Amino acid sequence: MRTSLFRHHFDESHRALREEARRFAREEIAPHATAWEEAGEFPRSLHLKAAQAGLLAPSFPEALGGGGGDVLHDVVVAEELLRAGSTGAAVGLGSLSIALPPILSLGTEDQKERFVAPVLRGEKIAALAVTEPGTGSDVAGIRLKARRDGDHYVLDGAKTFITSGVRGDLITVLARTGDDPHAGLTFFVVQRGTPGFEVSRALRKTGWWASDTAELSFSGCRVPLDHRIGPEGSGFVALMQNFERERLMLAVNGHALAEAALDESMAYAKQREAFGRPIGRFQVIRHKIAEMATAVTSAKALTYACAARMAAGKGASPEVFMAKNHAAMVAREVCWQAVQIHGGMGYMRETKVERWARDARLLPIGGGTQEIMNELIARGLGA
Amino acid sequence: MKIGVCVKVAPDTDTRIKISGDGAGIEESGIKWIVSPYDSFGIEEAVQTQEAQGGEVILFSAGPKDWQTQLRAGGLAVGAERAVIVDDPALAGTDPLGIARVLAAGIASEGCELVFTGKQAIDDDNVQVPAMVAELLGWPHVSFVTDFSTDGSTFTATRNVGGGTQEVVTGSLPVVITAERGLNTPRYAKLPAIMKAKRKKVDVKSLGDLDLSADDITPAVQLTNFSLPPERPAGRKLEGDVDTMVQELVRLLREEAKVI
Repeated sequence: MRTSLFRHHFDESHRALREEARRFAREEIAPHATAWEEAGEFPRSLHLKAAQAGLLAPSFPEALGGGGGDVLHDVVVAEELLRAGSTGAAVGLGSLSIALPPILSLGTEDQKERFVAPVLRGEKIAALAVTEPGTGSDVAGIRLKARRDGDHYVLDGAKTFITSGVRGDLITVLARTGDDPHAGLTFFVVQRGTPGFEVSRALRKTGWWASDTAELSFSGCRVPLDHRIGPEGSGFVALMQNFERERLMLAVNGHALAEAALDESMAYAKQREAFGRPIGRFQVIRHKIAEMATAVTSAKALTYACAARMAAGKGASPEVFMAKNHAAMVAREVCWQAVQIHGGMGYMRETKVERWARDARLLPIGGGTQEIMNELIARGLGA
Repeated sequence: MKIGVCVKVAPDTDTRIKISGDGAGIEESGIKWIVSPYDSFGIEEAVQTQEAQGGEVILFSAGPKDWQTQLRAGGLAVGAERAVIVDDPALAGTDPLGIARVLAAGIASEGCELVFTGKQAIDDDNVQVPAMVAELLGWPHVSFVTDFSTDGSTFTATRNVGGGTQEVVTGSLPVVITAERGLNTPRYAKLPAIMKAKRKKVDVKSLGDLDLSADDITPAVQLTNFSLPPERPAGRKLEGDVDTMVQELVRLLREEAKVI
C-alpha cells in the first residue's frame, strides 16, 4: 500500500532500521512461523538472534545494550516482525518492553546492569506480572503480598495471563507492601528458580499461540532486598508511566495485523478464480478491499500521530487510548473480512489470515480493556 | 591497510521492472533501491578483513550522489569508514568499461591495497566491471570467491569453478576479489551504527577530480532498446495413452521448441 502519506513521521534511520527488521522477519521468522504457532512456542535462541541483529530493544538506552532510538524505531521494528506470520513470536520477543521499564525508571545502576542488560543481550527473558486471578484492570485491587522480613521480602499470592511467564528468567512483579490501594504497591524482580516461586500453569489461548502465557504462584517466596525496584509504594506510578507506550504498541499490533491481512487478501483475490475470473474482479470483493484499506489507513494515521508526539517527548493521552481502541476494532473487522475473502481456505489453519483473526481478539482485552480505554478517554475529555 | 569496496545501487530484488515509454530504459519511479546484494557480501568481507588486520574500509560508487542513502544504510552502518561517489553527467551514457575506469581511478587515488566487490550487479548482470577494474589497476583478480583470508601481504581465496569443483588460489596483495553467495553472512546494521553512519564522510567527486574527462569514458557499447522477455505461455497438458503422449512430446520438442 501507499506509504508516502506517512513518510514525514519517519527519518532515514527509521527507514534503514525497517529494512533490517524486514530482513530479520524474512530470514529468521517467516520460514518457521507456521511451525512455531502450531507447536505453541518459538526457540529461545530467537531472543539472542534478535539482540545480535539489534532489533530486540531499539528504544532502550545504548549503554545497556539497546538501540538508543525513539518510539518510532520500536514501531517500525514491531510492524515488520508482526507481518512475518507468527504474532506469538513477535509479542514474545516484545515482553521485555513492558517488563523492563519499571527497572529503567526506578532501579539502581546495579539493578539495571544485573536485570536489564542480560535481557537486552538476549540471554534472559523478562516478563511483567501485574494481573491476578482476582484483579485485572483494577490494579488497585492487587493482593499478592510482599512482607518485609529482615533483609528479604516474602511474597505470597498469584499472578495470571503473564506473557513469557512460562519461560521467563526475570519476572517484574507488582506486589502489595501497604494498605493504600495505589501507594501500597511496589515492584520486585523475581528470578526463575527462587524457592517458593512456581509456574503453576501454562495457559492455552485463542491466539498468540507461539508465545507462552503463564499462571504464576508465589508461596513464601523469599526475595532479597536488592530485588526491590525503587522505594516501597513506588510501583503504581512506575506502572502508569509505561501505559501510553504499551497501548501505543498494541495499536501498532492492530494495524500491522490488519495491513498484513489486507495484503494477503489482495494477493489471494487476484489469484483465486470463481465463475471464470479472479474474484478480485468482482465489485463485491473490490469494495470490501477498499473498505479494509480505508480502515487500515485510518488506524495508521491515528497511531502514527500519537507515536510522533511521543517520540518528541510529549504525552499522547487520551488520543493514544483512542488509537488502541480504534486499531483493535480495525484489526477485528479487517481480519474478519480477510477470512471471508479467503472463503473455506480462510478457515484453515494453514492460512495466515485464520491466525491473525484469532490473534486480533486479544487487542480489545490486553493492556487495558476497550472499556477501560473508553473510561480514560471520557475522563481525558472532561466528559 | 586501505580496503576498497566497489558498490552499485540497484533495484530491490522483488521489483517488477517496467520499460519506460520511449523504450530506452526502465521506469524508475516507485522502485526501491538497495545495495546490490553481492556487493553486500563484498562489504562484509572487507569489514571482517579490516577487523582482523586493521586499516579502513572505503566504498566506491560511480553513480548519482543520491546513492549515499543506500551507501550509508548498507555500508557505512555496517563498518565501512567512508564513501566516495563519483557523480558526473557523463556517467549516464557510459558502459562497464567507463564505470571501471572511474572506479579504478578512485581506488588508485586512495592507495587501496585490496578491493572487494560483488561477482555481478543484480540489475544488468554484466559481470564485467570487476575484471576491468583489476586490469586497469594492473592487479590480479579472483572471481566467484566463497572463502577468503589474508595476513596483510598474501591471500588465499577459494572459488567455485562449476560442477561442484572448488579452486584454491593463493597470491600476494594487491588483488581484486569478487564475492559469490556463501562468502559470508552480512551483519545487520544496528540502530547506533545507523545513527553514526549519518555523520560519516561521503565525498562526492566529479570526473575532473580524478583527472578523467568525459572522453575517457566514451562508451564502446550503447544501449539502444529495452524489451521485456515474452510472457511465458500457459503450460500444455498432453492427453491419451503413454505412447501417444510421448510421440506428441517428441514432436513438440522437435518442431515447436526446436530443442532436439
